[in-house]
Amino acid sequence: MQRNKIQWTNIAFQLGAVALALGFTTLVLLLADAPPLEAYKNLIIGSFGSTKKFSDVLVAWAPLMLATTGLLVTFTAGLWNIGIEGQITLGAIFTTGVLRALQDTSAAPTLILILAILSGMIGGALWAALVGALKTFGGVNEIFGGLGMNFVATALTLWLIFGPWKRPGIGSMSGTEPFPEALWLPQIAGLRLSIWSVVITIAALICIYILLKGTYFGLRLKAVGRNMRSSFILGIPTWQYMMASFLLCGALAGLAGAIQVTAVYHRLIPSISSGYGFLGLLVAMLVNYQALWTLPVALFFAALNIGSIQLPIVLKLDSSLSGVLQGALVLSVIIMEGVRQRFLKAARERS
Amino acid sequence: MSLETILTGLAGVLAAAAPVIFAAIGETLTERSGVINLSANGKILLAAMAGFAVAVSTNNLLLGCLAGMLIGSLVAAVVAFSSITLRQSQVAVGFVLALMCRDLSYFLGNPYMGLSGPRIPSLPIPVLSDLPVIGVIFFRQDILTYLSYVLIFAAWVWIFKTRPGLMLQGVGEKPAAAFVRGANVNRMRYIYTLVGGALIGLAGPTYSLSVKAGWKGTISGLDGIGWIALAITIFGGWNPLRAAFGAYLFALLQWLGLVLQPSLPDIPSQVLQVAPFPLMILTLLLVNIGNTEWVERVLASLPEGVRHAIARLIRSLRASPPAALGTPFEQE
Repeated sequence: MQRNKIQWTNIAFQLGAVALALGFTTLVLLLADAPPLEAYKNLIIGSFGSTKKFSDVLVAWAPLMLATTGLLVTFTAGLWNIGIEGQITLGAIFTTGVLRALQDTSAAPTLILILAILSGMIGGALWAALVGALKTFGGVNEIFGGLGMNFVATALTLWLIFGPWKRPGIGSMSGTEPFPEALWLPQIAGLRLSIWSVVITIAALICIYILLKGTYFGLRLKAVGRNMRSSFILGIPTWQYMMASFLLCGALAGLAGAIQVTAVYHRLIPSISSGYGFLGLLVAMLVNYQALWTLPVALFFAALNIGSIQLPIVLKLDSSLSGVLQGALVLSVIIMEGVRQRFLKAARERS
Repeated sequence: MSLETILTGLAGVLAAAAPVIFAAIGETLTERSGVINLSANGKILLAAMAGFAVAVSTNNLLLGCLAGMLIGSLVAAVVAFSSITLRQSQVAVGFVLALMCRDLSYFLGNPYMGLSGPRIPSLPIPVLSDLPVIGVIFFRQDILTYLSYVLIFAAWVWIFKTRPGLMLQGVGEKPAAAFVRGANVNRMRYIYTLVGGALIGLAGPTYSLSVKAGWKGTISGLDGIGWIALAITIFGGWNPLRAAFGAYLFALLQWLGLVLQPSLPDIPSQVLQVAPFPLMILTLLLVNIGNTEWVERVLASLPEGVRHAIARLIRSLRASPPAALGTPFEQE
């Protein structure tokens, strides 16, 4: 087949995947006795309907994008960093810890914020290092080590909220005592969005893009991900590279957690990661691990999350519809990719 | 604590372990054939919701259980089709399904939230249930718990003592060799993935119709069970007996967490409920550490007597996955 024709086939299969996902979600909506068009309309209005709503999408986009960016590094090294949820959580815990320790001192708020965010990155990196060490020195698959560490991170959060960091009086699921406004990342007037979280996120994406595409480190990391044994034989210190990718991803996940505390919730809450780690895994899979595509796709996924918030109020539907649509998209892209490969192979064999 | 509370508590541990056993043994069978099905967490939730919904609508418990198993097999079929036929990443497909099925269960289960529904009655076994101590612990359970006892031994006999079981081991360890000996590798993988999926699915209604009867959406307390079952599969070294031991240990620890709660008022109950996880990581570490290179190197440098003792200990704990786990097989 000519190149041109193959490209058109690829586009056709990608469109087919989107149609498949929409078809499946529509079927689910019909099963739930819900009007599909109304539901989709609400998803769009709920996310892009006004400046305020779109700014809420960006509020969700920043941590999701940071998590996805980190995952690009571990995926490049061929690692499944499912422990990212725990790494986001530990970032939030470290940030909260530093804010609590310094909030009554005379240090400048800007300095406290910078220290808190940096320690969030360290917290995430440490949690990732544990998963990395379990894999490298203990032979524990990173998927299971990571999952276990996620649960431990959740327990740690709950213990802090109900124990040492509980609100004056009695601890509750609403989280720790909110921080004074001086310790928030400055917000745009009238909106929940802090321009700083967007700036930090884009800066992180650019750094990781350059690191993966333009440096020797990125190239070697890719080699480790493609074929660990040959990379080792060629002299690449494989376990050090794997460890480095865990640390980088953990630091970015920790940064996402720090943003959740300093720019979104202004305190530590039980589900501080908001599931952005797992969602980031879906985004990275959907774009087939290409760095630049993560930006619009993460924005779209964040929009679905925000748009679904009003579903229970307007249509009496559960907001988990966004998760169904996101999962269906990734699944049908994977399936259509398999079908496409078979189709191309069959076409090659015919000619 | 009185003896009676302890005995009924232990009986509760056996019942609570039943769904974990179904799921872990289902996953063991699947992985023995060389397929990783990572979707268990979402699948159990979806099967729990569907089983409850069917049982409520039809007032038929058996149909509820069958619905759960059917859901399990359907989800497993997606994993099998995309990984065996389409040769896409098993981990990716399984992970997406784990998330999507969870959201699907919350979305579709919304109308059934908090409804009261039928519950599987307990079925004391005549004579045996009157035995002192043992009777209370083992033989005053419901039919699903008895089924879990049977499944442990049936799966063990099937894998290690029968011809098809030997073939199954071959398909997971050396598919090419099994193929030469006449095994239809990919068909067997399909079958074991579907059967394993049905068992994992059965864990759902075991919760929603018995162990944690009802459907309460996000607060059903089932989110995470599937991941635990996957960890127990590894802990069990792909052996049903060891997997069952892991499931009982896990249920026992959770029960102890609840029992100890009053004497540890400073620790919130949510923390004790996740107490088994650090232990799970530690055991995974013990099970796997024997497979790493540096342990062998350290062992080699130790004096003879010490080395033998430690090597024996590590070997007794060690478990290696089926060699062909997660890799597709091209049979042409």
